[in-house]
Amino acid sequence: MRELIAQAWTVARKDLVLEFRTRTALVSAVVFTALVLTVFNFGRDPTAVPTIDLAPTILWVTFTFAAMLALNRAFQLELENQALEGLLVSPLSRTSLYWGKLIANLVFVAVVEGVGLPLFVLFFDVPVGRVLVPLIGVIALATLGFVAVGTLFSALVIRTRFAELLLVVILLPFLVPPLIGAVQVTARLLGGRPLSESVGYLKLLAAYDIVFVSLASFLFRFTVDE
Amino acid sequence: MSLTQKGRWITVVALVCLAAVYVRALAFTPVERLQGPAQKIFYLHVPAAIWTEAAMILVGLAGIFYLFLKDPRLDRFAEASAEVGTVFATIVLTTGPIWGKPIWGTWWTWDARLTTTLLLFFLYVGYLLVRGAVRDPGLRARYAAVLGICGMCLVPFIHLSVFLFRTLHPQPIILKPSAPSLPSSMLATWLFSLAAFTLLYVGFVTQRYALSLVRDAHGGGSPGHA
Repeated sequence: MRELIAQAWTVARKDLVLEFRTRTALVSAVVFTALVLTVFNFGRDPTAVPTIDLAPTILWVTFTFAAMLALNRAFQLELENQALEGLLVSPLSRTSLYWGKLIANLVFVAVVEGVGLPLFVLFFDVPVGRVLVPLIGVIALATLGFVAVGTLFSALVIRTRFAELLLVVILLPFLVPPLIGAVQVTARLLGGRPLSESVGYLKLLAAYDIVFVSLASFLFRFTVDE
Repeated sequence: MSLTQKGRWITVVALVCLAAVYVRALAFTPVERLQGPAQKIFYLHVPAAIWTEAAMILVGLAGIFYLFLKDPRLDRFAEASAEVGTVFATIVLTTGPIWGKPIWGTWWTWDARLTTTLLLFFLYVGYLLVRGAVRDPGLRARYAAVLGICGMCLVPFIHLSVFLFRTLHPQPIILKPSAPSLPSSMLATWLFSLAAFTLLYVGFVTQRYALSLVRDAHGGGSPGHA
């Protein structure tokens, strides 16, 4: 177990070092997030719909798009110079390779969300001060689910034709249950409702995370082996 | 008798049964007091919906066994089941709005159950697209198995969200923990229809399975659409 985590961290660190040294993908994703938020501002009639009613939608559609952008690049960068083959012949267990990729993707998406959330608060003047901690908790829960499935699928489509398009098509149906949960909890939090009203959805999110992280850890080996 | 012929015969018997279901539902089953004749569509809609989901679960189960046994017959079955499931999902998605217009006053509403059936349909389409995008038969079978297993695991989450999300859809009246709350004549028609749809599923899958055997025997590999 200890070795598994150490190996996973090695893979994750490799990806993150690559990411933070080049920064192209990260900066693009952050700018993309800011742009989606900007587009949302003009995609609504501010006099007709109060921002607070639309806020959960804006937040989660933005985060979903940003996450998919991040996931597309996860295995794309391993295609150059057959880097993926290199990883596969190295003495790494498949599970730790998956966890490494998962951790790197989570950090990437977390950075994007870390910039996106303050921008969201700034642009739409949403009072999040009182509910910041539970809100971050919900974002973490939902993001883990998104990214766990997305990491598996991005490995799956990498050797197919139209990989980028295909990833979005197969991933989106899987994002809907966590998206429903996240939007409902966010709406209740921003509406000042107590957290106890969201227990059902929080359980849904937690169950989704547990099921899909374990499932993807197990199934990953079947997607990368030749 | 070849497999194709068997499949054809089963389908013919199933279609005759389906015609008998129509006759029984329209002429020999009482009209529902509140919904009137629109309720008749229930005898088609619900069996088709049950087989849409069952087909997805069978695709997933076939996937699990394929990953362990590597038996191409399981992959052929999964492919056949997914295509038939797509057809059944289309039936559910067309009969639903036909019923919804007179009863709800709208063709479509973003009700949890409609949304999730639509998602199941997208899941099937994504599955078939992935199959079409991979050339190598072994790789295709493995990818399809992984996606099928994930799809199967998504179905319970789809159901969970039904009970959490506010819904307009009639609550289950047959498949629920307590006894079915349906007059016995209606229940008999419905069970007859379920049997007809089961036969229809078996007939379609057998034919589709035979078709993939013929395709492989001719060594044509796979056509682009699979």
